[in-house]
Amino acid sequence: MLIKRNDGQVARQRLASAYQGLSGGGMDRRGFLRQAGLGGAGLAALGTLGAGRARASGAATGVLDHAKPVTRVKNICTHCSVGCTVTAEVQNGVWVGQEPAWESPINRGTHCAKGAAVRELVHGDRRLKYPMKLVAGEWRRIGWDQALDEISAKLLQVRERAGPDSVFWLGSAKFTNEAAYLYRKLAAFWGTNSVDHQARICHSTTVAGVANTWGYGAQTNSYNDIRNARTMIIMGGNPAEAHPVSLQHVLAGKEINRANLIVIDPRFTRTAAHATEYVRLRPGTDIPLIWGMLWHIFQNGWEDRDFIRQRVYGMEEIRKEVARWTPDEVQRVTGVPGEQLKRVAQMFATQKPSTLIWCMGATQKTVGTANVRAYSVLLLATGNVGANGTGANIFRGHTNVQGATDLGLDVTTLPGYYGLDENAWRHWARVWGVEYEYLLSRFGSKALMEMPGIPTTRWFDATLMPGEREKTAADGEAYVAQPHSLKAMMVFGHGGNTVTRIPESIKGLEKLELLVVADPHPTTFSQVSGRRDGTYLLPICTSFEMDGSRTASNRSLQWGAKIVEPIFESRNDYDVLHALTRRLGFADRMFRDIETRDGKVVAESILREMNRGLWSIGYTGQSPERLKLHMEHQDKFDLVTLRGREGTPVAHDYYGLPWPCWGTPEIRHPGSHILYNTNLHVKDGGGTFRARFGVERNGETLLAEGSWSKGSEIEDGYPEFTVAVLKRLGWFDDLTGAEKASLERHFGANIDRAAWSTDLSGGIIRVAMEHGCSPFGNAKARAVAWNLPDPVPVHREPIYTVRPDLVAQYPTLPDRRGFRMPHLGQSVQARSAAAARDFPIVLTSGRLVEYEGGGEETRSNKWLAELQQDMFVEINPADAAARGVRDGGWVWVSGPENASRVRVKALVTERVARGVAFMPFHFGGFFQGEDRRKFYPPGTDPIVLGESVNTVTTYGYDPVTFMQETKVTLCQIRSA
Amino acid sequence: MARMKFLCDSDRCIECNACVTACKNEHEVPWGINRRRVVTINDGKPGERSISMACMHCTDAPCAAVCPVSCFYTTADAIVLHDKDLCIGCGYCFYACPFGAPQYPRVGNFGGRGKMDKCTYCAGGPQQDNSPVEYIQYGSNRIAEGKLPLCAEMCSTKALLAGDGEIIASIYRERVQQRGYGSGAWGWRTAYREELAV
Repeated sequence: MLIKRNDGQVARQRLASAYQGLSGGGMDRRGFLRQAGLGGAGLAALGTLGAGRARASGAATGVLDHAKPVTRVKNICTHCSVGCTVTAEVQNGVWVGQEPAWESPINRGTHCAKGAAVRELVHGDRRLKYPMKLVAGEWRRIGWDQALDEISAKLLQVRERAGPDSVFWLGSAKFTNEAAYLYRKLAAFWGTNSVDHQARICHSTTVAGVANTWGYGAQTNSYNDIRNARTMIIMGGNPAEAHPVSLQHVLAGKEINRANLIVIDPRFTRTAAHATEYVRLRPGTDIPLIWGMLWHIFQNGWEDRDFIRQRVYGMEEIRKEVARWTPDEVQRVTGVPGEQLKRVAQMFATQKPSTLIWCMGATQKTVGTANVRAYSVLLLATGNVGANGTGANIFRGHTNVQGATDLGLDVTTLPGYYGLDENAWRHWARVWGVEYEYLLSRFGSKALMEMPGIPTTRWFDATLMPGEREKTAADGEAYVAQPHSLKAMMVFGHGGNTVTRIPESIKGLEKLELLVVADPHPTTFSQVSGRRDGTYLLPICTSFEMDGSRTASNRSLQWGAKIVEPIFESRNDYDVLHALTRRLGFADRMFRDIETRDGKVVAESILREMNRGLWSIGYTGQSPERLKLHMEHQDKFDLVTLRGREGTPVAHDYYGLPWPCWGTPEIRHPGSHILYNTNLHVKDGGGTFRARFGVERNGETLLAEGSWSKGSEIEDGYPEFTVAVLKRLGWFDDLTGAEKASLERHFGANIDRAAWSTDLSGGIIRVAMEHGCSPFGNAKARAVAWNLPDPVPVHREPIYTVRPDLVAQYPTLPDRRGFRMPHLGQSVQARSAAAARDFPIVLTSGRLVEYEGGGEETRSNKWLAELQQDMFVEINPADAAARGVRDGGWVWVSGPENASRVRVKALVTERVARGVAFMPFHFGGFFQGEDRRKFYPPGTDPIVLGESVNTVTTYGYDPVTFMQETKVTLCQIRSA
Repeated sequence: MARMKFLCDSDRCIECNACVTACKNEHEVPWGINRRRVVTINDGKPGERSISMACMHCTDAPCAAVCPVSCFYTTADAIVLHDKDLCIGCGYCFYACPFGAPQYPRVGNFGGRGKMDKCTYCAGGPQQDNSPVEYIQYGSNRIAEGKLPLCAEMCSTKALLAGDGEIIASIYRERVQQRGYGSGAWGWRTAYREELAV
């Protein structure tokens, strides 16, 4: 049995045919490489690079010459969002070793399996080595110029015929901040809002739900601050596998404070193994569980009444909904006994500070946004926001998914969450130094310019359905609300197997006229469909081979320095985007203020442009110089407070200047370690809840009452700052002449409407802070978000549920439209009852520690691939026995849509409850039993292939963000 | 001299496998050879515990006692190493080892074994320290550079400790006293003939 997680057996000699050189045989890596140099098959491609290049990139790994000097370079791990510093030893242009980065206050030298193996990414034999093109089903090597010429010609042709919205721009959470920003800017200059990235499928619902509660959709505290907690709930997350280094801080809290560590999850995860209390719930019943906790809290008066009175709007409406969730009803729906829930509720509400940690178990649901809002309400009701050891500690998934989200790689907003309305476009036109009218001219229409684009969970629906000009009466509602359907897709750094409904996405792929994959690896996009032409692969280097900043989950920015030159013929994102836009005809405008040196784009100059525009989230104080200073002095920050020590060059700063870092770099705001923290002066990183939703509703104030941040001259709530507000307060003349001149120049007669977020001088923010005020106002958090489909979160059964008996009482939303497309709800759920008979097992999915995302990169890393060689399904012993399924045996797992099925190994374990099965989502390369290895470009196939769980996952989307449902669907399992 | 030991705090080990890939990375250990691995017991059940395992560098190492060609030797830091030029790949040490540490590349037909390989405590082999020949046969020699084994240095939760036995024992004791629980230094009685009293 080679599923290591079961028995710890040593994996060996399994992959002989796939990985001949390295499997068994007693040949070490260098021996293998020597042979390859003599014409061995495995590395045929290296031969074409010339001996010198091959030595500098692939071959001479790990041999450090101790007689010669070694350079140490610091960059940031490219996997999860913890933000571990990687210290690379470089000699003669080759990355020869990794050393512990002791000085980083985040990882303190440590790594997980992935972080400890990142060096291999930059030696990877299986990287994409040069641009390739699919010609009549055969992969051909081409040059960069030819590739970019052909791609841009085709894009312009599609644009001419079907408009700018017919191209889908899929970006990446693995971009640096600078690349993410450039990519979003490119889409704006191209003229579409259909630009998205992995946040859609990991935490889009968190961003929407949390921002709609208290202002910003980000982790409120930090990994390090968890050390202060006395009660931690981890609900819908398995950080022991997904964010292992975070466990260092979680376990420190548990050990030093003797804190309660409660894990609430359908699976007894590796994290649960370290919990002081484990709560098993039925998948998809998070809201009833939270309301069940609040039932006990309200019943016993454990809520924080002062906090609610001063800082929360709408808790009364929550009480009404919570009253319905008596312990009996909660147990009926969730399966959790009332006594256990009462104990957990009491700990959370009374043994404070308490923090709630969540990941994709909360978010990837048809009720994802409502889930995270319920979580936020629990924090608000118990007064656990805005102080040390509290907060919504949302662990994001990718190295820079927080940054890419902040920078607007999102179909609903421009960089900085400005949205898409005319004010937002005018703001960015000012920052970019282009006319608003020019940007407007790039779009199909003003309406399309202000309309959210196509989300990445539905790009294939938008490819297969007709556009408005293409539809016929027979299509009914099945159309895309833009002139034409998607015809071309540009994929930068995004896997093809992480989105549900793969059988349908394959049809979408086959219909696209142009598919471009720009990535260090070919990804499953290259092989999963029957495409024979019109497909290009562009080798992009990893972030280790370029300069740029990344934003960790805790909002800290860290600067990564290029470790080695891009290997093989790969190039970095900046240069490729620059070369592409030159051919598309808008490079002069788009790169107007961005510096190039020797033909290469300078990353620092992109960050400076971002600093000039991102006032709304305080991405303005993090200049490249300040970030580099922090990397240089990492050892001078406190482990728990993240504050720079007195007497050092980084004194007072919080590590990585976590946003908001208000104002210009020159005013040296320290960043905000903990959001909404009224115990600190705003100039010291303190703050209030954001006044984002108006000042009054139904006659009731939305501004804070009797609560303000330390040192505030306004000792009560106040709205966000504009010139008009400054004038009313008599603070207008605190603006300097230069600040006033900037406001005059940009706003003219409309100067009163210039706001803290659109004032390019930063004067309004500066003056507000001088008076101790938060630029964005001081409001209450909203327990009720009246602009969302469910203003008070309510339980809705999963679309595919094992409990059809509950559907009548807790139905999903009716069919509707959103994001230019139909969004089916009740019509699909109505099929559930029939489906539950044939597919009686709940299927859920998640992560493994060795792999990440779609897994193409990590499954190509031999040190990781060796640890997980088989795709598997976890099945409870009772379900296995009933089906005659043996541990380690092959099974077919089938899903209720598309007659889909996957052939995987069974892992019989009590980790999952009876009636629940789990599959990891990192595998690809097999499709419904077929090995598709031969369809990868030669030499680029990952070492380990396997069936993708998303072949059997089903329809289901969150109404607010179109987050896909990956955590609750149905399946059947049979022996193969 | 120091008496180098390993100690795995199973109350902290989360089976993240950083120790395993750090080892692979540091020494370019080939596919199929596992100098270190993480073993999990009660997998998926309450009481699940993981322990990172490698050669423990035993006192009076049983592998050395059974080796027919006497290829094992113990350094001044009490690290148990072996000479691959003497090793004949007989496999006796594998039978003698209580921790399953020795690994063998498969060479030729009928499961023929190559020379034994195991954790060197990042201390290389008998050749000159940090020479290319040493690296090719044994991997890097961090001890000679004044560094500790990379597996422990990179452990995500600082569960795996490496260093002088007295020092790591006191770190572990302090930890257990602070948090109030600890299941002991697993393998110490077998490897070092002593318990770690807390």
